[in-house]
Amino acid sequence: MPHPHRKHLLTSVQMAHFVATGAFRMDAVVPDEMNQQAIEVLKNGIPGVPYGTPLSEAFTDSEFVQRLVELPEVAGAIHSLVGPEPTVDHHAVHIRKAHEGEAQNLHGDAIIDVRTDAFDVQLMYYPQDVTLEMGGTLSVPGSHLRRTNESDTGRYQNLLGQTRLVCPAGTVQLLHHGIWHGGRKNDSDIDRYMFKIRFNPTVRQVRLWNTDDLYDDAVAAELDQSFPWYENATGRLEKYNRIVMWRAISGDDTYDPNYWVTRVSNRPQRVVSDRANNPHAKGKKEMA
Amino acid sequence: MSTTAETPVQTGLRQQVLVLYLASSALDARVVGWSTYDGTGETHPTTGDSDEPPYATGLDALKDGWRLFQASQLNPPHPGHEYDVSFLKHEFFFEKLV
Repeated sequence: MPHPHRKHLLTSVQMAHFVATGAFRMDAVVPDEMNQQAIEVLKNGIPGVPYGTPLSEAFTDSEFVQRLVELPEVAGAIHSLVGPEPTVDHHAVHIRKAHEGEAQNLHGDAIIDVRTDAFDVQLMYYPQDVTLEMGGTLSVPGSHLRRTNESDTGRYQNLLGQTRLVCPAGTVQLLHHGIWHGGRKNDSDIDRYMFKIRFNPTVRQVRLWNTDDLYDDAVAAELDQSFPWYENATGRLEKYNRIVMWRAISGDDTYDPNYWVTRVSNRPQRVVSDRANNPHAKGKKEMA
Repeated sequence: MSTTAETPVQTGLRQQVLVLYLASSALDARVVGWSTYDGTGETHPTTGDSDEPPYATGLDALKDGWRLFQASQLNPPHPGHEYDVSFLKHEFFFEKLV
């Protein structure tokens, strides 16, 4: 895979948005000409790829997918998040049939994954216009750092501020591995297609994006945002955990504009000698 | 002499369940999440079917006739896991018999 041009890498503000929300979305980034071909390609199936295949080798037999991951904006986002030459974990074509009766439970993919200094990314590509009725993917902004296992969250039907994806054809979103999501019930007359690829990083995920704006105030604002479904107290812990993640990917282990981590890890070691209680101190004088 | 409990078929009653997730452990805190299950089979609530909560607070559900039958306990965090985030903490189960 060629190295993306710097102008196609994500900015620090966009990366901070990803750290806060667990998602980065690019509307209509795939050209219409490809979207027109996509349904037929996806219907025919994409050949399987062994776990851990380098991205540059994974889709040599799938010209369409190769073009998809080489689109400059898509390649730039993948590089910014997981770095050069990630491996392909797996891919899948998801079809929600017209008037399909069931929604998926809210879940995180794979198994509980508590890494704080590395993360996988899932690309989701929507070749059609997706309406609310078509049951676009449900996802929950800011849920990716919650330590839950797969569908143990299935009891949660709706969370305030959830995203019920409605998007134009050619939209790609990149999701943190931990985000709570699920395919919604398709109440329309149209079969809905989505193509997913999971990427594993092969390098340490530190400053892989365009860091020109690393200390922009908007970075701190992104990291400090709240979401309507957060409980009052746990919402603060979310910010703590985001700072831990931001420190890992920015390489700056002092970054903490709102003091969430600093305050609770402040354990000074310096001892101040108390001259007044020291019998060996000479020349003690009362202050006048 | 034993008594026999009336079955749902005899009473004609069915349970509707409402689960509310609140912003704090207080029952009058705002609703941040919700789920419903309908024992009558007449409605089929499911994942991602609404963006609007049925009530603004847990108390509002009581005012509308829902009966609270379970509230999550307040457990201290496990030592070493004080900053972990996981399931929603303030879960309240309500029912109506209809």
